[in-house]
Amino acid sequence: MRKIFIDCPQEIPCNPCMSLCRTGAVTVKDLTGRPETEPALCVGCDNCVAGCPGQACFLIDEEEEQETAYIDFPFEYLPVPVIGEKREAYDNNGCTVCIGTVAEVLSRKAWAGTRVVRLAVPRSKVYQVRGMARKPITEQEG
Amino acid sequence: MYDVIVVGAGPAGLGAAIEAAKAGASVLILDENDRPGGQLFKQIHKFFGSGDHYAGTRGFRIGENLLKEAADAGVEIKLSTRVWGLYPGGIVAAATEEESRLYHGRYLILATGASENSLVFKGNTLPGVITAGAAQTMVNIRHVRPGETAVVVGSGNVGLIVSYQLMQAGMDVAAIVEAAPEVTGYAVHAAKVRRAGVPILTSHTVVEGRGERELEAVVIAEVDDRFRVIPGTEQTIKADTLCVAVGLTPRTELSAIAGCRMAYSPALGGRIPAHNEDLETTKPGILIAGDLSGIEEASTALDEGRLAGTKAAEGLGLLTPAAAETRKALIRNRIAALRQGRFGDKRRIAKQVLWDEYKNRGDNT
Repeated sequence: MRKIFIDCPQEIPCNPCMSLCRTGAVTVKDLTGRPETEPALCVGCDNCVAGCPGQACFLIDEEEEQETAYIDFPFEYLPVPVIGEKREAYDNNGCTVCIGTVAEVLSRKAWAGTRVVRLAVPRSKVYQVRGMARKPITEQEG
Repeated sequence: MYDVIVVGAGPAGLGAAIEAAKAGASVLILDENDRPGGQLFKQIHKFFGSGDHYAGTRGFRIGENLLKEAADAGVEIKLSTRVWGLYPGGIVAAATEEESRLYHGRYLILATGASENSLVFKGNTLPGVITAGAAQTMVNIRHVRPGETAVVVGSGNVGLIVSYQLMQAGMDVAAIVEAAPEVTGYAVHAAKVRRAGVPILTSHTVVEGRGERELEAVVIAEVDDRFRVIPGTEQTIKADTLCVAVGLTPRTELSAIAGCRMAYSPALGGRIPAHNEDLETTKPGILIAGDLSGIEEASTALDEGRLAGTKAAEGLGLLTPAAAETRKALIRNRIAALRQGRFGDKRRIAKQVLWDEYKNRGDNT
């Protein structure tokens, strides 16, 4: 089951994560409070993932005993990722965490052009991943 | 004769015009550019803030919404019209390519914005050395890439966002250099570009742009705690674009020739017109809003404009003091929310200092 995971380290004046959530899984106190999450309420709709101006919202889908886990993150670069494609998965510092496989590329009208990529990665690494390389791994490099 | 003449059709000017016009004022906006919106139409990213500030909406969509709101309220906008003089009694001198003429307004609201700061280094006039605003105009308005590989100077939100947008346009960003010991913009914006593999080199500056006819490489170096280059730390990065994003300076020319008393506030961008919480300057009938009243960001500028427009409507007798106060209190609360927290503290305190100084000085008119 996909659950919300937010990486928003500073008190900045921003709260779309809360207003986009229909189930109350995210709360922002005042405008500058850091978001607090209630994963049990999250239905995995990806609206916060696509709508957060800071691209700080993620959904993580992990099952015990499964080697592969999935992370959803926003992606606004070209070319549009293709399902099955291999890309380097990066952490917040741009360091390669592992190689991921694009499992889904989601798009909704309400997301105003932002796509959400669902990347399959080893479960042990999923909480380090924040995004992926702008371009797929070429044959030579892969 | 107009009730209100607004100079500048950016978010602050539009906000001011909309509020004044909604209250029943006849409003004219003059802008030197060939399209309204100021910098909003260059902003393709989703904005911060709350729902009240259009958060989560891309900047250019906010611009579209404001233009519609202004049109619905009956605001008149004259473009490609440069205001070059202000005279006592609300007389505004403005010129187009064809003619120069005078306009007359009961209230003037100056929303002239800011200009980008430059940086002095060897080779800074080489083609390929551009400002952040120029980069945004090229990729987001004209759909032209300035080059293949960029180095960006400045890690404030502008530098970080422009880096992201250059990559969206298909360029590579080799590095962001920042003279301060830490990233000055929001961590989430920094993470966005780092995640795409862009290194942010703090305590670094650009020392030289190299190239025969155009920029081919950028020499950067480490700086010490007093921003002096540490010899021997130079490194050369191959790049055909150097994008300078090192802050903004308020465009005070018109407010200065109008005789508004000037104040100095480093946290807000330097020399700005002295003003109170309602954005009144020391000249009766002249108000300011947006970056001219202190460098902040678009959402604050928009609401400052709305505040100034409401104040002008009150001055014109179109709103009762009680009705104006209700409206102003709402806007003030929204602005206050944007100045909360670690990033807002400096600006909030600097604004309070300005307001107090305005109140305590007896020579305002």
